[in-house]
Amino acid sequence: MALSITLLCGGCGILTSPDLNPKGPIAHAERQLLFDALSVMMIVIVPVFIMAALFTWRYRGSNAKARYTPKFDFYWPLEFLVWGAPLAIIVWLGVFHLWPGTHRLDPYKPLPSDVAPLQVEVVAQDWKWLFIYPEQDIAVVNELAFPVNTPLSLKITSDTVMNSLLIPSLGGQIYAMAGMQSRLHLLADEEGEYWGRNVQYSGKGFADQQFHAIAMSRDDFDAWVAKAKQSSGALDAAAYQALAKPSSKVPVTYYSGVEPDLFDSIIAKYAHGHDRLAAEAAEAGHEPAQP
Amino acid sequence: MSAVAANFTETPIPPDEARGYEEKAFGFWVYLMSDAVIFALLFATYVVMVGNTAGGPDGATLFSLTRASGETALLLTSSITFGIATVEAARGRRDMVLIWLLVTAALGLGFLFLEFGEFSSMISEGAGPQRSGFLSSFFTLVGTHGLHVSLGLFWLFVMVGQIVTKGLTAPVASRLMRLGLFWHFLDIIWVAIFSIVYLPGLL
Amino acid sequence: MPFYSAIAASGAAVTVLGGVAVMAVVTWFRFWPSLFGEWLSSLDHKKIGIMYIIVAFIMLARGFVDAAMMRAQQAIAYNSDGYLPPSHFDQIFSSHGTIMIFFMAMPFLTGLFNLIVPQQIGARDVAFPFMNSVSLWLTSAGAGLVLISLVIGVFSTAGWTGYPPYSETQYSPDVGVDYWLWAVLVSGVGSTMGGINFLVTIVKCRAPGMHFLRMPLFTWTALITSILMIFAFPALTVVCSMLALDRTLDFHFFTNGDGGNMMNYINLFWLWGHPEVYILILPAFGVFSEVVAVFSQKRLFAYISLVLATSAIGLLSFCVWLHHFFTMGSSETVNSFFGIMTTIIAVPTGVKVFDWLLTMYRGRLIFKPPMLFTIGFLVTFVIGGLTGVLMAIPPVDYMVHNTTFLIAHFHNMIIPGVLFGFLAGYMYWFPKAFGFKLNEWWGAASFWCWIIGFYLAFMPLYVLGLMGMPRRMEHYDIAAWQPHLIVAAIGAFIIFLGIVCLGVQLAVSIRDRKQLLDLTGDPWNGRTLEWLTSSPAAPYNFAVLPKIEGIDAFWHLKEHGLAYKRPAKYEPIVLPKNSLIGLFIGGAAFAFGFAMVWYIWWLAVLSLAAIAALIVIRASDDEPDFVMPASTVQAIEDERFEQLAKAPRNEMEDEPGFVGFPAPEAAK
Repeated sequence: MALSITLLCGGCGILTSPDLNPKGPIAHAERQLLFDALSVMMIVIVPVFIMAALFTWRYRGSNAKARYTPKFDFYWPLEFLVWGAPLAIIVWLGVFHLWPGTHRLDPYKPLPSDVAPLQVEVVAQDWKWLFIYPEQDIAVVNELAFPVNTPLSLKITSDTVMNSLLIPSLGGQIYAMAGMQSRLHLLADEEGEYWGRNVQYSGKGFADQQFHAIAMSRDDFDAWVAKAKQSSGALDAAAYQALAKPSSKVPVTYYSGVEPDLFDSIIAKYAHGHDRLAAEAAEAGHEPAQP
Repeated sequence: MSAVAANFTETPIPPDEARGYEEKAFGFWVYLMSDAVIFALLFATYVVMVGNTAGGPDGATLFSLTRASGETALLLTSSITFGIATVEAARGRRDMVLIWLLVTAALGLGFLFLEFGEFSSMISEGAGPQRSGFLSSFFTLVGTHGLHVSLGLFWLFVMVGQIVTKGLTAPVASRLMRLGLFWHFLDIIWVAIFSIVYLPGLL
Repeated sequence: MPFYSAIAASGAAVTVLGGVAVMAVVTWFRFWPSLFGEWLSSLDHKKIGIMYIIVAFIMLARGFVDAAMMRAQQAIAYNSDGYLPPSHFDQIFSSHGTIMIFFMAMPFLTGLFNLIVPQQIGARDVAFPFMNSVSLWLTSAGAGLVLISLVIGVFSTAGWTGYPPYSETQYSPDVGVDYWLWAVLVSGVGSTMGGINFLVTIVKCRAPGMHFLRMPLFTWTALITSILMIFAFPALTVVCSMLALDRTLDFHFFTNGDGGNMMNYINLFWLWGHPEVYILILPAFGVFSEVVAVFSQKRLFAYISLVLATSAIGLLSFCVWLHHFFTMGSSETVNSFFGIMTTIIAVPTGVKVFDWLLTMYRGRLIFKPPMLFTIGFLVTFVIGGLTGVLMAIPPVDYMVHNTTFLIAHFHNMIIPGVLFGFLAGYMYWFPKAFGFKLNEWWGAASFWCWIIGFYLAFMPLYVLGLMGMPRRMEHYDIAAWQPHLIVAAIGAFIIFLGIVCLGVQLAVSIRDRKQLLDLTGDPWNGRTLEWLTSSPAAPYNFAVLPKIEGIDAFWHLKEHGLAYKRPAKYEPIVLPKNSLIGLFIGGAAFAFGFAMVWYIWWLAVLSLAAIAALIVIRASDDEPDFVMPASTVQAIEDERFEQLAKAPRNEMEDEPGFVGFPAPEAAK
C-alpha cells in the first residue's frame, strides 16, 4: 500500500531519471543488467510475498477450518526446494549475468569504436573538477565537453581526499584517489547536456561539487575547443596552485594551455612508491609540482 | 586444562571451582585467537607497506641482524625459563618458581632494553614512525609486540607479588598458567616478526 | 562549546538537562543506594542485559533525532541552504550512523544475549560475570563520549565509516574524528570481550543434555555472532588505532603521500564492517526464529537447515568485504569473485526466509506484537535482499554506489531486519525481565507506525538513488528530487510516532502492571528453556539445573509433566558478588578516551594507571563469589511455587497448541 503510493509519487520522476533513461551504451548495459537481475530475482521474491500473505490469512488463529499440524517440522522435498531454488537462481545470475557483465563493463576497458577516443585527464579538487585535454592542450573547470559517439577515455586522480566520479546518464562511477590513477571509459550516443558530480563525501563543499557533461556534435566540439583556446589564462604551475585551493561553486573556467605533464606530476607528488614514480617523472624530464 | 590447574596444588579442587578454571583457560585461548588476528592484520599491513618508504630508509639500511638475533635469543630463553617455572609450580616449590619467574623477568627486561635501544637509535637517525608509511607500519607491528611484552612483565610482577603473599593457591596457579600461555604466545609472534620483518629486510 | 549555532546549542542543552533531570529524579526518590548497590554494581547477567537495553533505547532516541534532522534538512534544501550549515549537517549524518550501529544496535543485541542466552541453555550466569560488567561499562563509556561531543567540542564529519584521507588531521583538524575514534575503540574492546564471554558461556556452561544441536536458534545465532565478534572486532581495533596514530602521533598509515595508503584503511575497515552487518542481523534472525515458532504454535520448520544457514552466513561474511568498494578499481576478476560470494549469501538467507514461512504453514497464528514485527520483517526484508543482490553485481553497483539507493538498501536490511527483530525480542522477553507483559495495543500501534513510516521514508530513497542522488547531500539543485525527499520526511515523522508509541506502551504497561502480571514465568506457552524460570528469574535462574531431552527443551518438559517438579531438597548455589570495579573501569576508560581526544596527557596516563590498578585489585580477589544457602533458595522457590499455584488462567490456555501448565499439586 505504502509502497504503491510511493511508487505513484515517484512514477513521474523515475521515468526520466538518468539511471533508467541512459544516454550511452555503458549506462544502457548497466541498466540492462539491473533489469535482468531484477526479473530473475522475482522467481524467489514473488513466492515470498504470496506465501506470507496466504499463510498469514489462512492460518490466522480464528480460522479453525485450516489444517493445524503442530509437529510438522521437516519434509525433504520442501527442504530441497528451499535450498535448491535460491541456489539455482544465484548460479544462473553468476554465470550468465554477474561474471560476464563485470568483465564486459570493466571501467578500465577501452571501448571498441572506429573513432579514436578522446583522452581527458580528470583531477578532483576541493570542491570542483578539473578536466585536462592533453591532445587539445586546454583545461576546463567543472565542464566536460566531448563529441557524441566518440569514446571518452578518462584518467582520474585526486589532489585532495577520495572522490568518486559519476555521470549517471552515461554510466558508472570510479574513485579518484591521490597518488593513484583510475580509469573510466564512457560513451554518449545522444547529444545533450548531462550532469556529473562527486558522489563520495569530501567535506563542506561536497554538495556543490558538480559539473556539466556535454555531449555535442564533432563541429560543436571543435568550436568549443577553439573557444577554450581563446581564453586568456593558461594553466601553468602557479595558476594550478591557485586553483587547487579549496573553493566551492566555481564557475566554468577555461585555460588556453596546460603545463606539460601536469596530471602525472599531481599523481607523483603523492605516489606511494614515491621514489620510483618521482624518479620516473624526473627521468622523463620534468619536475614534480611543488607540494 | 583442569588437570594442569589441579597439578599445581596438593589439595584437590572442588569440581565447581575446577570448572571455573577450565572456563577461564578456554576463554583465555579464545582471547589469544583474537589477539592473533590483531597481529595477523598488523603483519599484513606491514607486508603491504614495506615498499612505501617515501624516499626514506628501508629495512636493509636500518635493521641489525645482531640486535634482532639478540632480542630473539633473550625472548626464546625467557620462554624456556618460564617453562621451568611452570614445572616447579607443578611440584609446588614456591621459591624455585619465584627464582625462575624473576629470571624470566630479567630476560624480558633485557629484550625490552634492546628493543628500546633499537627504536631510539632509529628515531634519532630520523627514521622514526613519522618518516614513512613503511616505518609507521614497522613501529606499530614491533611496538605492539613490545607493548604486549611490557604488559606481560607487569602481569608477571603481579604474579610474583601474589605468590609471595598468597602462596601457590589454586587461583594463583591458574593465573600463572594463563600468564604462561600469554608469554609463549608472544614468543611465537616474535618468531614471526623475526622471519617476516628482520630476515627479509636484511637478506 | 557548541555556540556556533542555536540548534547545536539546544542539542547540548537537552543532553545536559536530560542528565541533570535523571540525577534529580534519582536523588528525589532516594534511589542512589539501590542504583549503586543493586544495578550499577550488579554482575547478574539479567540486570546487565536490562542496562544494555536501556543504553540502546537512549541512544535510539538520540540517533533518531539525528535522522529526523537530516530528513527535515533535505526536504527543504532544494536550491536553499535549509536550516543546517554543512558543518552541522555533516556531524549529524556521522553521529547518526555511529550511534545506530555501535551504540544502539550493539548494546541492544548484547543486552538480549545477556538477558536470554544463559536462561536458554540452562546456565546460572555467563562464564565471566565480572568481564560482562566491564563490557557493559566500556560500551557505555563509548556512548558517553559520543554524547559529550555534543556539549564539548564537535563530532566527526567523516561519516560513520571515517574514510581517510578526509579523516586525517590534514583535512579534519578538529576533535570530531578523535571523538569518533575513541568512542569506537573503547566500545569495540567491550564488544570483543562480550564475544569471548558468550562463546565460552555457550560452549562451556550448557545444562546437562543441552547438546549443540538442541540449542534454541537464538542461542545458535548468539554463538555465531560471538565468533564473528571475536574475529572481526580486532580489525576495527587495528584500523582505528592506526588512524589514531596517524592523527595523534603523525604516523603515515593512510595519509596522502609520505607512503600512506588509504586503500588499506578501506580494506581493514570492511574486513570488520561486513561481518559486523551479520553480527547485527544474526541475533535478530534468532529472535524471529523463536517468535515465529511460538506464535505459530508449531515446531520451528527445518531446525537443522536454520542452524546450517546461520553458520554458513557466519563463514561467508568474511569473504565479501570487497563489495563495499567495487568502484576502487580492482580488476574485473576480483570484483566478479566478491560479487559472486556476496550473492551466495543470499542462498542461506533465502533458506531462512522460506523456513520461517513454512513454520507458519499449517500453524495457528497469534498476532501478538512480536509476531507482527516478524511478519512485517519477512515481507519487507526480501525487498532489501533483492536490492542487495542487485548491488552485488559490480556494474549495477557502479551506477548506484554512494547514492541514496545504497542508503535505502542498508536501512531496508537494518530497520526491518535488525531493529524489528530487536523490538520483537524486547516485547517477547519483556515479561521475563520484569514479570509483566507489555500492552499489546500500543505495541501493535508502534508496529504499524514503524512499518508504514519505513516504507514512506525509504522507498523514495531507492527512487532517488536511481535518479542519481548521492548520499550525504546538504543541499541540491535538482527539482525532481524534492517531492521524494518530502515523502521521506513524512515517513520519518511516522517512525517518530512509532517511537512515541513505544514510550506510551512502556508507560501504560507500568501503570497497568497488576493486570499484565505474569505469575507463571511462561506467558506465551513457550518452547525454550528461558520460560521455565520465574518472571523475573531468580538470581540463580534455575534452582536445579534441568535435564535436557531434545530441541524445544521446555516444551518437552511440559509435555512429560516434568517442568515443575520440585526436588526433595535444594543445594546451596555459588553466585558472583556485586562489584563496582567494572563501573570504575568504564569511568576510567571514558576519562582516557576524553583525554586522548583533547591531548590531556596527564589524564590519559592517570586513567590508564587507574585501569591497571583496578584490574590488579580485582585479580587479587580470590573470593569474588558468595554462596547462597540452601534455605534462601528454598524460600525463593517456595514463593515461586505459591505464585504458580495462584496464577490466573492464562489466555494461551484457550489456544489449540497449549501443552499445559503446572499441575497445582506441584506447588504443594
